[in-house]
Amino acid sequence: MTEGHIKEIRDIVKTGQVLTKESDRFSYSFDASFGTYLPDVVIQTKSVEELAALVKFANREKIPVYPRGQGTSLSGGPLPVKGGMVIDLSVMDDLLEVDEEDLVAIVSPGVLTADIHKAAEKKGLMYPPDPSSSHVSTIGGNLAENSGGPRGLKYGVTKDYVIGLELITPEGEIIRTGGKTVKNVTGYDLTKLVVGSEGTLGIITKAILRLIPKPPASETVMAIFDSLVDAGRAISMILTSGILPSKMELMDQASMTAVENYKPSGLPTDAEALILIELDGHPAAIRDEAEQVRHVCQKIGAREVRVPQTKEEKEEVWKARKLVSPAIVRVKPTKISEDATVPRSKIPEMCRRLQEIKEKYQIHLVVFGHVGDGNLHPNIIADKSDKEEMARVEKAVAEIFEAAVQLGGTLSGEHGIGVMKAPFMEMELGAAGLDMMKRIKQAWDPNNIMNPGKIFPEPGQKLVLSE
Amino acid sequence: MKPEEQQLAALRSELNYDKTNKCVQCGYCLPACPTYLTMGVETHSPRGRINLVKMAGEGKIKDLSVLEEPLDLCLGCRACETVCPTGVEYGAILESARAAITRRKTFTVPQKAMRNLLFKKVFPSRKAMNLIGNAMWVYEKSGVQKLARKSGLMKKLPAHLGEFEKITPPAVAPAQRASLPAFTPAKGERKYTVAMFVGCVMDAMFRRINQLSVQLLAEVGCDVIVVENQTCCGALHAHTGELDESKNLAKKNILAFARNDVDFIVNNAGGCGAMMVEYDHLLADEPEWAERAEQFVKKTKDISQVLVLCGGIQGEKRSAERVTYQRSCHMTNVQKVTEEPVSLLKNLSNVDLIEMNNANMCCGSAGIYNIVNYDASMEILDHKMKDVKETETTTIVTTNPGCLLQMKLGIEREKMGDRVRAVHLIEYLAERSGMINAADQSLS
Repeated sequence: MTEGHIKEIRDIVKTGQVLTKESDRFSYSFDASFGTYLPDVVIQTKSVEELAALVKFANREKIPVYPRGQGTSLSGGPLPVKGGMVIDLSVMDDLLEVDEEDLVAIVSPGVLTADIHKAAEKKGLMYPPDPSSSHVSTIGGNLAENSGGPRGLKYGVTKDYVIGLELITPEGEIIRTGGKTVKNVTGYDLTKLVVGSEGTLGIITKAILRLIPKPPASETVMAIFDSLVDAGRAISMILTSGILPSKMELMDQASMTAVENYKPSGLPTDAEALILIELDGHPAAIRDEAEQVRHVCQKIGAREVRVPQTKEEKEEVWKARKLVSPAIVRVKPTKISEDATVPRSKIPEMCRRLQEIKEKYQIHLVVFGHVGDGNLHPNIIADKSDKEEMARVEKAVAEIFEAAVQLGGTLSGEHGIGVMKAPFMEMELGAAGLDMMKRIKQAWDPNNIMNPGKIFPEPGQKLVLSE
Repeated sequence: MKPEEQQLAALRSELNYDKTNKCVQCGYCLPACPTYLTMGVETHSPRGRINLVKMAGEGKIKDLSVLEEPLDLCLGCRACETVCPTGVEYGAILESARAAITRRKTFTVPQKAMRNLLFKKVFPSRKAMNLIGNAMWVYEKSGVQKLARKSGLMKKLPAHLGEFEKITPPAVAPAQRASLPAFTPAKGERKYTVAMFVGCVMDAMFRRINQLSVQLLAEVGCDVIVVENQTCCGALHAHTGELDESKNLAKKNILAFARNDVDFIVNNAGGCGAMMVEYDHLLADEPEWAERAEQFVKKTKDISQVLVLCGGIQGEKRSAERVTYQRSCHMTNVQKVTEEPVSLLKNLSNVDLIEMNNANMCCGSAGIYNIVNYDASMEILDHKMKDVKETETTTIVTTNPGCLLQMKLGIEREKMGDRVRAVHLIEYLAERSGMINAADQSLS
């Protein structure tokens, strides 16, 4: 970018900020994944018109545009891999309206997901998608990445709750998709196309989200298994017995050991698996369901099944699960957080494959996650300064992707493709499938200015974790 | 190794680079950071600052002065450490980076003289601080203003000095300014022997609170000793990059308080306490001091902890009052003392403690931050006062002198001095127990 470009940007952005200092540019060069890429300029503005003018200008001058929320992406969504402009949309946090009659929330992209949860709950409603970073992540980022979360099993993911969008296209036009109605079959469903497109098809400037009544109560069941395979069988059996839990979480032996070494929480480190099940709904119904779940676990041969009674007891049980992420990075500093997802029935097989990969490459692999929807989180703990180790990790990650796809699953359940997973796209989609996606991108963004370098692999691109 | 690699390796160790690798950049610190909330740019967030230090350590940022403004504008409240899921030692990274920047800075001769005078002569010397006495030394034209002007730290200072003068504590009568007694016996049966840490700001500006502290400690059953040769805790030095001088002060205090007959070393200033409970970290690389520092740290307590250990303060039956508690960040995030002040307040009869929203958020005082970064500090203060107002309380209780002054300033700014006041927890306990009279603020 030239001085003249910066000057023109300053002329367009009248109400916001244009940041060009080295300290500011470095501060928008990263997210929660890998790598640092320096943008030329960082722009903050609340004005949709100014943003549209900026995109028009960028399209004319062929300058890359990188929309960004609060940078909690685990796949590199907002990384400015080709320089250019970073647009910080976290400043667009003014609009959060809950419409009780239409059961929708209308939001601007910078609103925190957790604030939508709170606003909905105040009116007895619920916005179900709950990524674990919801107190930091913006709804704009969630929409771009189609974020999930533990409640995905029963309630689905972000895309299942978006019925309308306002969007700036890569050519700088402002368009609206969908609307306030649940039913809408007018033309192509551009709403669903844009959600999860990782910022490659435009900048979301407003969204209409569907809300549902908040379930009045919840119950938790915790079960400990001596064998990981038994735990998998118990999960399948619960799900085929007519019960749909709101959450089903798994902790393997390595994750329990890590938690116990970090903050002793009374977890059984000699057991192979612990599962946590949350049921929500009418109090009488879920009490009954909790008993059924207990019965199933005992029948499969659980070593211990507990149904915590008080609110405090329930919180205590879930606290241990929340400790897994911080606990595992105490072992080594670099965490490669994958989210390969397989059909539910293939969970035991995927667990077995992960075990093999772990031994084959001698890596530190921990498995935990949203086991009810097949969204395992194999996390590799390594030290990025150890080049030899990172080379092994790269091979292991590639094999994890292969295993997931072979089992009929997917590269990514909820984190997104971004930069790192781009080289594996063809493996899952096939050449023709990937080509159809590329054609959509070319039609929307002829000059390839919106989030270039993401999703689609560059010729010869390989997975690189060592810097 | 090539010379440039060697240089980079040296810089990495100087910057505590290894500690930055613990940051997984999840961003969980963003909502907890007062400057991120008010300034709204990643550059002024904990994650952003850690990344800048990391980039310098990796040689991607060549000029350390790029880091200066973002690090200067950090309050050092360390709320980010409390919410960090991976345990990044932000405070250690901040201090080493500030020290590295200070070392590379070429101060002009008058700047050097002023820094030397302030940091090496004034803060550490009880005599000098005594001379300055009840004057508002730190806010006075002769002190920091000159430093600020000459060092170019802050250009707007003179315009705001008037505001700080309004909140200066009332001059203490000379008779009451007498030194604290070297020994005050416990009332009734002795439970503990404690040594009072008097501090530099507390001693000069808030000696009355120190006096009340001694009385309250004696009241609940402590023999109270005031040891000679104690000095400034070194916090202001560490926060401004004068790390070597803060180490010297730490050693002096460790020597002064090395007494077997003392159960606890008690302080009443959240910031000083936070500095002192980290003497072991500060001196970790000096083997001959490490163990002594550990002993010192083990004994260091905030006064609220000791008062609770001794059974608390009952308080007399007095008129009903609604109070709110503005936490000292350093007490919450570094000392991790959170329960005791609350339980002391809740135990008082007829006192209704109303917690404010965002209770853990910094007030923007942060040592001398409110002087050198006036605008940034006032924006943070305005957020805080909004939360204070919503509690509809008449008394704001604090546990640190900086917070106390900042709350007073906030009350002035909001023009609610006719109905709201700010006090130190110790003053409030003394008042509710009948030790002092609230109206004339004098010892009864």
